[in-house]
Amino acid sequence: MELSGGQILVQSLKDEGVEYIFGYPGGAVLHLYDAIFQQDDVKHILVRHEQGATHAADGYARATGRPGVVLVTSGPGATNAITGIATAYMDSIPMVVISGQVSLPVIGSDAFQEVDMVGISRPCVKHNFLVKDVTKIAETIKKAFYIATTGRPGPVVVDIPKDITDPKIKVPYKYPKKVSIRSYNPAVSGHKGQIKKAVELLLAAQKPVIYSGGGVVLGEASAELTEFCRLLGYPVTNTLMGLGAYPSTDKQFIGMLGMHGTYEANMTMHDSDVIIAIGARFDDRVTGKLDLFCPYAKIIHIDIDPASISKTVKVDIPIVGEVKPVLEQMMELIKDSKHKPDKTALEAWWQQIDQWRSLQCLEYDRDSLLIKPQYVIEQLYEVTKGDAYITSDVGQHQMWAAQYYRFDKPRRWINSGGLGTMGFGLPAAIGVKLAFPDAEVACVTGEASIQMCIQELSTALQYKTPIKIINLNNRYMGMVRQWQEFSYESRYSHSYMDTIPEFVQLAEAYGHVGMRIDKPEEVRPALEKAFAMKDRTVFLDIITDRTENVYPMIEAGKGHHDMKLRVALGTSIDRELA
Amino acid sequence: MRHIISILIENESGALSRVAGLFSARGYNIESLAVAVTEDPSLSRITLVTRGNEDIIEQITKQLNKLIDVVKLIDLAESDHIERELMMVKIKTSEHTRAEIRSLADIFRGKILDVTPTSYVVEITGPSEKLDAFVAAIEPETIVEVVRSGPTGISRGEKGLHL
Repeated sequence: MELSGGQILVQSLKDEGVEYIFGYPGGAVLHLYDAIFQQDDVKHILVRHEQGATHAADGYARATGRPGVVLVTSGPGATNAITGIATAYMDSIPMVVISGQVSLPVIGSDAFQEVDMVGISRPCVKHNFLVKDVTKIAETIKKAFYIATTGRPGPVVVDIPKDITDPKIKVPYKYPKKVSIRSYNPAVSGHKGQIKKAVELLLAAQKPVIYSGGGVVLGEASAELTEFCRLLGYPVTNTLMGLGAYPSTDKQFIGMLGMHGTYEANMTMHDSDVIIAIGARFDDRVTGKLDLFCPYAKIIHIDIDPASISKTVKVDIPIVGEVKPVLEQMMELIKDSKHKPDKTALEAWWQQIDQWRSLQCLEYDRDSLLIKPQYVIEQLYEVTKGDAYITSDVGQHQMWAAQYYRFDKPRRWINSGGLGTMGFGLPAAIGVKLAFPDAEVACVTGEASIQMCIQELSTALQYKTPIKIINLNNRYMGMVRQWQEFSYESRYSHSYMDTIPEFVQLAEAYGHVGMRIDKPEEVRPALEKAFAMKDRTVFLDIITDRTENVYPMIEAGKGHHDMKLRVALGTSIDRELA
Repeated sequence: MRHIISILIENESGALSRVAGLFSARGYNIESLAVAVTEDPSLSRITLVTRGNEDIIEQITKQLNKLIDVVKLIDLAESDHIERELMMVKIKTSEHTRAEIRSLADIFRGKILDVTPTSYVVEITGPSEKLDAFVAAIEPETIVEVVRSGPTGISRGEKGLHL
């Protein structure tokens, strides 16, 4: 079969099993777009900004586990994609980004819409390629998918000069069945000796805790993690990225840990004598001040990426491997071991944890005359029966969604954890809805974040992806305002906007349904009404208490045991009625 | 502590920039860098000198190994090894300094590569400290320029860094 470069690219994606490409055309990719036009197998989703394309592909990837695919043009198309590529990179999301490039003979001449995409993307990709020969396109695409989806996943950029996609130049096409790269051999199973040592340490623990992260979700090891935790009976905490990997409604779950984690999760970490970190990377938002981190604990760390081990926190037993086989190996050893967890010690440990729990650190003022954002998330949880895909943007609303929506399944909680990218939620929700048209998909956002990719409302209309946008509108960049309140004597420097669009009208202008809710009693009916509109995207502009803060909180420079709690429960002042 | 890291890397455009970019992005320091193709034209060998405590060097080697283009690497400083650096020095000469510079070059087992009525170019090869010592032995105002390759190294014994 003889094909042009453009056709080869599209055929390669087809052979790779790609369902959707998220993209935006331009000069350097015109040949590619012409090839896309002439087939129906790979569907193209036209976004309104390249950042939206990357986030939509990212949302698709997070929800399905399959790589997201993006197509952008050279120059500004490529640079606009960078934020989304970095977002995927920080959270280890498999993604293949194809960027157009100016023709080979003019590369380096500052040609129109030329930018060194390989150079610009290098620090935020797992790998990247510049394809210089039409006969290398298929093989490079195969390599890109292989690298993006294996080991610790991540985005891969393939930069394709326009001239090698020329429809006049045809070459034989064959998509490789598999590729091997001599310099790339990701580890699979862990070291047996290390695993044995880890099991011995775990079974001898008096105050153990299981700390699991996004690696469990990425490694499809949620069932194994759950079985592992139940086998041991130890308390489990999840990172922001790990939520849903262990059922949040289970009694062994002690909540998220870290900066806005629960009191009980952070205290359990701090006082523990053995920690097993599973697919988690000791991020600074998790550890707090490193010198104060878990002073009494021996640490076991399972991670597929050796560079994640002992990067910030020294660990005692490192295990490099995929979470799933390692957990399976560990469970076998635990079952066969003559040692069992120390029942008395574990009972005392749970008593202590329950005491911390009894503080009810997530309680808030339920009698407020203003809408409390926490209440909205609780209602969202109930209305969707805890079974929706929730995407979020970044800020207070993200933390509330993480704290109050109790995720029982992996891949349901879709947010930008590592990079913290505002604007992620809406396009991500579109990607999720395309992957699962029958599922409920909600984007929890705020009036600041939503405006960073608001143009994608147009995409949602074009492709009929009915999502529900839960806009927690507090008329502030809430998280910035919170930090300014705590650390800058309430000098709210540029953390509010004088003019916020009338979101109801805006939603309607984009062809969707807009609803404004400003009384607590309206929240539940409005949510029910919105979710009943199965085929419409609904923008719920919910006017919340603008002074509400995210609690509990570990402030900068503090340890897990030193959390800032809500000062006095039930006395939050209803300042400034909406 | 000083470490000398030897890297086998795919001989592809951009491979070196991935290594250099990693060092700048993560705040590591490159003291010197020497790169050339190996006997296998598909592979280049980088010899990189850096400094840091054990934790930093561990991270550097792990992060380097993560680069897709990096095939293999070793930290030569961990075992017995040989290091060599090449230096060329252009020195202004006068009638009464020429003999002295020649004998100095002899002491350092250097070679004089270029001679004009008013200058010499001297080549010295050896461990970096020897090169330092030679430069220190020359009157500073007579030095026109100094070119150093940066150290390269190889381990002692049978074992080697290869595919």
